[in-house]
Amino acid sequence: MEAFTTHTGRAVPLRRSNVDTDQIIPAHWLKKVTRDGFEDGLFEAWRKDENFILNRPERQGATVLVAGPDFGTGSSREHAVWALQNYGFKAVISSRFADIFRGNSLKNGLLTVVLEQKIVEALQELTENDPQAEITVDLQTREVRAEGVTASFELDENSRWRLLNGLDDISITLQNEADIATYEAKRPSHKPQTLKV
Amino acid sequence: MGRTLAEKVWDDHVVRHAEGEPDLLFIDLHLLHEVTSPQAFDGLRKSERRVRRLDLTIATEDHNTPTLDIDKPIADPVSRAQLETLRRNCAEFGVRLHPLGDVEQGVVHVVGPQLGLTQPGTTVVCGDSHTSTHGAFGALAFGIGTSQVEHVLATQTLPMARPKTMAITVEGELPEGVTAKDLILAIIAKIGTGGGQGYILEYRGPAIEKLSMEARMTICNMSIEAGARAGMIAPDDTTFAYLKGRPHAPEGADWDAAVEYWKSLCTDEDAVFDAEVLINADELSPFVTWGTNPGQGAPLSSAVPDPASYEDPSERDAAEKALEYMGLAAGQPLRSIKVDTVFVGSCTNGRIEDLRAAAEVLKDRKISDGVRMLVVPGSARVGLQAVSEGLDLVFKEAGAEWRHAGCSMCLGMNSDQLAPGERSASTSNRNFEGRQGKGGRTHLVSPRVAAATAVLGHLASPADLSDAETRTPAGV
Ligand code: SF4
Repeated sequence: MEAFTTHTGRAVPLRRSNVDTDQIIPAHWLKKVTRDGFEDGLFEAWRKDENFILNRPERQGATVLVAGPDFGTGSSREHAVWALQNYGFKAVISSRFADIFRGNSLKNGLLTVVLEQKIVEALQELTENDPQAEITVDLQTREVRAEGVTASFELDENSRWRLLNGLDDISITLQNEADIATYEAKRPSHKPQTLKV
Repeated sequence: MGRTLAEKVWDDHVVRHAEGEPDLLFIDLHLLHEVTSPQAFDGLRKSERRVRRLDLTIATEDHNTPTLDIDKPIADPVSRAQLETLRRNCAEFGVRLHPLGDVEQGVVHVVGPQLGLTQPGTTVVCGDSHTSTHGAFGALAFGIGTSQVEHVLATQTLPMARPKTMAITVEGELPEGVTAKDLILAIIAKIGTGGGQGYILEYRGPAIEKLSMEARMTICNMSIEAGARAGMIAPDDTTFAYLKGRPHAPEGADWDAAVEYWKSLCTDEDAVFDAEVLINADELSPFVTWGTNPGQGAPLSSAVPDPASYEDPSERDAAEKALEYMGLAAGQPLRSIKVDTVFVGSCTNGRIEDLRAAAEVLKDRKISDGVRMLVVPGSARVGLQAVSEGLDLVFKEAGAEWRHAGCSMCLGMNSDQLAPGERSASTSNRNFEGRQGKGGRTHLVSPRVAAATAVLGHLASPADLSDAETRTPAGV
């Protein structure tokens, strides 16, 4: 996983609430066998409308999604997080995220930032009026900064530490490799083995 | 203080415990299938990691496999790609795979137990929510997501927060003709689809102790439909007898050591559960669902409920939506509901005992005109066993289609699907909107009810079949 310390980029303001995982990535994309290549499935239904904000030329290359409340509800598919990352998003800002989506995002290094609704709206207004306006998401100081906005956000210490160091769960577990080896060494011989017939 | 079964198995697998962190649990058995594993292997490849314990890992093909013409190339290109990816990944990483056509191929939750790999006191995971099935052996078995699949492949462990425990005690005895499926549907109707959330369920009591292993698997399989993390049943002589002599069961001194350990796996008298539910089996009768979640069920002898009778507004709303989707009216007797399709199979009811139960009802009978019945064994082995007992002939003579093993119409990822508006009686575990095909309507039932329904063309139990009317004389 890539470390996340601080990121500055242009934004896509998405003024919709309750954006569920089916809208983020429709079910028929789940038959894909990689973690890559989901960018075209991101918001697929909405993108058929050429006026949809993601399609606007001035939004190309944006990396921060500023979304309405209850972003990421619905199924547990990790594909929703992959689609946002494949498309190029590094951070999503909202006043409320669905639990499972938030868990999945932090596992994959997509920073989900919770800010008060009125601050989210201020960021949406700013970036609607000025597509070139940049937003900085600083995980070190736990702060979001943009023109006229400075807001701090919360994130539990464990998740923050993992993101700052780019540690995915596997890397963290492998730091305790010795514990696993010790456990394996004392495992009883009657335990099942798939390769022994 | 004493410990519950779940706590004992949990404690025996803690690799590392630290304040403020989830426990790191060792995983004894990791089952893989084609749908949730590709991105996990991809992740390993990218980070240049290998599978840590190939000897604790096994894969099979089930969700996408066709149940007809299995010797021909798979027609659907997307399904084919998923299966081919699994084959490539298993070859590259050295994982044991039972592909389509192999005698050990089948629904992953049928394959593990029948090989004797699922054993008491083990931790079992799979990228599939119905991994709870394996809890029937007194194993701690969890469904996991794709990132976790990769985590287990790389480390053979999983960081997990300890769930709470709930006892589901079933007093009394299941009446004649009432099965494990009826019991679990009644339990879910009672506690609700969210009733088990955050808990590991332990099914116990005299009615559970009498159940066969197959029936126990049916019960634990559907724990997830009550929202639970897992379901378990304490191992006993029934469990040991089932395991003895299976390909991967321990032998000799290992067997003795194992049985001694397994016997310690029961909830202590003074252990305390976080929640308890009591059910009386004596009062149960065949149970079916009328709605679009597994909690929306009722005794077959009753009627479609009136949404207005629900006090909780969200339940009322859910019932209204369900009736609309299902095309049913409040007050309609459940027995009057006509079906187009009957599906016997899945990891809930696709084992040999389930096929025997359905065949017993169908013997010397014909299924109703206009009803399509699919019988899909849970694994290739189950299929062979059924053939050796002549069950396939019973099904075929009754007019049913006898198929090859796989998930099939349980989720309709292959071509076994309901057409829009079609209605099925299905022995599977989910009646969600569109689960068996877009616009399809599903009633969850036991194998006995499925068979009787196929004969009469409407939801029915074997008690509704009159011998004189429907049994064709032998030889006709
Ligand atoms: S039979 Fe159905 S529930 Fe079981 S693993 Fe297959 S799709 Fe899932």
